[in-house]
Amino acid sequence: MPDIREVSVEELRHLVSDRAMTGETMLLNMGPQHPSTHGVLRLLLELDGEIVVNMIPDIGFLHTGIEKTIESKNYQQSEVLTDRQDYMNPSGNNLVYCLAIEKLAELDVPERAQAIRVILAELTRINSHLLWLGTSGMDLGALSMFLYCMRERELVLDIFELVSGQRMMTTYIRPGGVWRDVPDEFEAAVRSFLKTMPRRIKEYEDLLKFNEIFLDRTKGIGVISSEDCLAYGLSGPVLRASGISHDLRKKQPYSGYEKYDFDIPVHPEGDIYARYRVRVEEMTQSLRIIEQALNKLPKGPVRSNNRKYVPPPRSEIGVSMEALIHHFKLWTEGFKPPKGHVYVATESPRGELGCYMESNGTQYPYRVHMVTPSFVNLQALPLMSRGLYIADVVGIIGSVDIVLGDADR
Amino acid sequence: MSEHIKLTVQAIQSQFNAVVEEFRGETSLIVLPEFIVPVMNSLKSNFQFNALMDVTAVDYYPNETPRFHVVYQLYSMPENVRIQVRATLNGNSPSIDTVEKVFPSANWKEREVYDLFGVTFIGHSDLRRIEMPEDWTGHPLRKDYPLGYEEVQFTFNYEDIMQNKPQPKD
Repeated sequence: MPDIREVSVEELRHLVSDRAMTGETMLLNMGPQHPSTHGVLRLLLELDGEIVVNMIPDIGFLHTGIEKTIESKNYQQSEVLTDRQDYMNPSGNNLVYCLAIEKLAELDVPERAQAIRVILAELTRINSHLLWLGTSGMDLGALSMFLYCMRERELVLDIFELVSGQRMMTTYIRPGGVWRDVPDEFEAAVRSFLKTMPRRIKEYEDLLKFNEIFLDRTKGIGVISSEDCLAYGLSGPVLRASGISHDLRKKQPYSGYEKYDFDIPVHPEGDIYARYRVRVEEMTQSLRIIEQALNKLPKGPVRSNNRKYVPPPRSEIGVSMEALIHHFKLWTEGFKPPKGHVYVATESPRGELGCYMESNGTQYPYRVHMVTPSFVNLQALPLMSRGLYIADVVGIIGSVDIVLGDADR
Repeated sequence: MSEHIKLTVQAIQSQFNAVVEEFRGETSLIVLPEFIVPVMNSLKSNFQFNALMDVTAVDYYPNETPRFHVVYQLYSMPENVRIQVRATLNGNSPSIDTVEKVFPSANWKEREVYDLFGVTFIGHSDLRRIEMPEDWTGHPLRKDYPLGYEEVQFTFNYEDIMQNKPQPKD
């Protein structure tokens, strides 16, 4: 067992106020294991009574070295690792990784695959927002919220299992398109979800929107101004709840988002309640996008025909020599994108999720860096919680919606 | 290249002697590390690149000059364009000025580059390790740092491994 190391306040002298040195304020560890920190997040709170004077977040407890591991596996193998980064948005992670490969290699994606990608990405967004609603409602005291949201998540996870065999880490979105075509039951399952969901969202809103305790705990708490948001590089619902209308799905559309008609909810107040409203309205907009994508789902292939990057179907291997050789090359070596570097950004439920990919012409990625929104949003947490009670800190962490797998990679 | 980017690139190239690269529709400017703060200030105030989305680094070991490229991804919200700035660093003592005063979002990102690559940021307010534990030695994302496997315990090396394995104290 490793020896316990005692840390004195001296090491953190530049971060805490002078009062901590004399012992007037207390340094409390809201440790990595805590039911309200949504994962392994350690917060060092400097407390004056119960008021937070300063807060030092400490991350790295879930660091698994994904970027280092990706450098030793080829592109197809490392896609599995990207699933497990932001575990509430696995399709989104796959999507940004595959978009980066497609940009590097100039790979085409058929339209049916783009529409299926959009449906999956929006379903994952609803999934993630449902979990956020459940857990942050539970943090603020509405315990029944959690089980209602879990009930809805089961419907979405069933759809994922129908499509790819896996409930969460699907790796369904692959370079060049998607892995295989959706089964026939997919459309019926998604339509039944689309029919039940609006009623359920209204139920959740009725549960919380006029609840006095909820309003007291969320209105005016954790305010961040729009200038601070831009300075700290925040993005996603936190930015939109501070009044800036910025959504990458509208500004720099990818994967066919320009074809669908949807609104971006923006609220100017910047407190927890504004973030709550933005996310709930985003769920409704996601339902709109899914319905449009499902109605317009074009027919055609679901994966690119470029055999240098996409394995040939099983039936072709028995009859064509080139197909056999392509299959062999892809499985023993892996594909080799041209030399260069790209940066692709998408909109995850938490903010801007980007992938910086650099290739040196071999089958192993030279450097892949995932720019994750939770890492960036955590920086602004001390700013939002100065001068508030510990109980408010719990609400703020929930409202920023961090996922530690995203922050630590 | 859009009009805005053309203007930006011309100005930065003439003022700071930057090398321009364009790949797949993305523009990157390669500058020397001495000029990084003036370049960032100029991009923020004159060309409206108001958001720093990412600071990361790439290690080109065994190439010692340059060994590191520190990569900055900038985004302009009014103009809706992206640009990339790369600073080349040599391997012997990689250090570069911090851009924290220009963009506060660089705080944690530079800590991450320091932690995983060993690039020192001069003037940073809080340069500590962020992902790895505080008492870790070494910088994991460098190319000469091993991936670190666990040795498989077979019968021929059973005792050797058992001796080095951490056991619970009584």
